[in-house]
Amino acid sequence: MSLIRLIQELSSGMLVTLEIFFLTLIFSLPLGLLVSFGRMSKFTPLRLVVKVYISIMRGTPLMLQLMVIYFGPYFIFKVNMSNLPTNYRFYAVIIGFVINYAAYFAEIFRGGIESIPEGQYEAAKVLGYSKAQTFFRIILLQVIKNVLPSVTNEVITLVKDTSLAFVIAVTEMFTLAKQLASAEVSMTPYIAAGVFYYVFNYVVAFIMEKCEKKLNYFKA
Amino acid sequence: MSLLEVKNLKKTFGNNEVLKDISFTVDKGEVLGIIGPSGSGKSTLLRCATNLEHQDSGTIKYNGTFGLVFQNFNLFPHYSVLKNIIDAPLVVQKRDKKEVLDKARELLKKMGLADKENAYPYQLSGGQQQRVSIARALAMNPDILFFDEPTSALDPELTGEILKVIRDLAADHMTMVIVTHEMNFARDVSDKVIFMENGVIDSYGTPDEVFARENNRVQEFIGRFGN
Ligand SMILES: Nc1ncnc2c1ncn2[C@@H]1O[C@H](COP(=O)(O)OP(=O)(O)OP(=O)(O)O)[C@@H](O)[C@H]1O
Ligand SMILES: [Mg+2]
Repeated sequence: MSLIRLIQELSSGMLVTLEIFFLTLIFSLPLGLLVSFGRMSKFTPLRLVVKVYISIMRGTPLMLQLMVIYFGPYFIFKVNMSNLPTNYRFYAVIIGFVINYAAYFAEIFRGGIESIPEGQYEAAKVLGYSKAQTFFRIILLQVIKNVLPSVTNEVITLVKDTSLAFVIAVTEMFTLAKQLASAEVSMTPYIAAGVFYYVFNYVVAFIMEKCEKKLNYFKA
Repeated sequence: MSLLEVKNLKKTFGNNEVLKDISFTVDKGEVLGIIGPSGSGKSTLLRCATNLEHQDSGTIKYNGTFGLVFQNFNLFPHYSVLKNIIDAPLVVQKRDKKEVLDKARELLKKMGLADKENAYPYQLSGGQQQRVSIARALAMNPDILFFDEPTSALDPELTGEILKVIRDLAADHMTMVIVTHEMNFARDVSDKVIFMENGVIDSYGTPDEVFARENNRVQEFIGRFGN
């Protein structure tokens, strides 16, 4: 199979991989921030529930979580799989990735928020900023600067983790490469997939480094 | 006219009674120095007066607004010097931008920092950062300015510049409450001095009264401080 053909064959998978990647980030970053607030809440029941959720998300394989979310409606609620929307597979992947990554991001954000000195809040309070103004104007950018390196690590892991969608047969990049490799009896599709992930990560790392540089104008 | 009236203030942390029935007033244009040994409750008093801490009982009555200058500046690191000064007047007080900018630049000039408005806090010395934080507090046009050991985080050779700024403010009749370990400074800048010990006001009066030779406890405290 020519390289052009191979790339054509793989391109629909690339698209799905990119979709998983971007949808996961778009939803898990803000959700992670909310979860981190829950994790730091003064309301103990909420704090404990969030703590358990985070520890399950971080303590079990994402692959298993994806399977539970996909097969859960059938095994737990006896929902007939044929009654589920046709792209439920894809939704299950997104849901799984989002709640998993939100847990990781929440812990990162919590560390970033807790590292902001109390004096920043006190100065803001004496100057009359509201709680929301204090968070969005004074605290948030400092937190973002603090957490950017850890977030970069997670985002790079996410690029590679997208391949886990194959366990519930969502045909992303890796699923297709696997199918092609066995049909053609050739390593080439795997190599092409490897190059794709590598280039993807290279771009991600490049962009994240640009963001870090952008925040170099101040030091905490 | 009293700008600040503190009555029967009490504050306990756990079973540590930090403030035991504190009362005093601050008049307009007055400089009140607060001295006393470490742990005597000076910071707690200022923190209650500025609402950073809530007292267990007693009242604090203001006839006006207040600002606070912290020991370790607490400038916002992601804001330039100018933005540190103008942000709260613009965002919190919603004042006119041109008026606020003029005021900020005038303050920076007064603080000898006219050329630093675009610098970020990390690019400044401790003394410069503290001057910015004083400008930030003054830009809000407070009626009273509180200082909690404004020179304690500075290298000794930088304390002078801050003390001079505060002396200039006193000369302009700014109402101030200043917690300090600089005894000579407290003595000559203050109109009234409070000597605190173990959560009570041990002595209150003019500097001459409080620092008088017969005032044994203050003399002993100053002796320990060596100036
Ligand atoms: N948030 C807090 N929780 C518990 N104890 C506190 C708290 N803040 C202060 N204290 C205690 O209250 C007492 C008075 O502290 P404070 O900071 O007011 O003293 P200070 O006179 O300002 O001392 P220094 O000269 O060292 O600054 C100390 O025993 C201190 O340990
Ligand atoms: Mg103190």
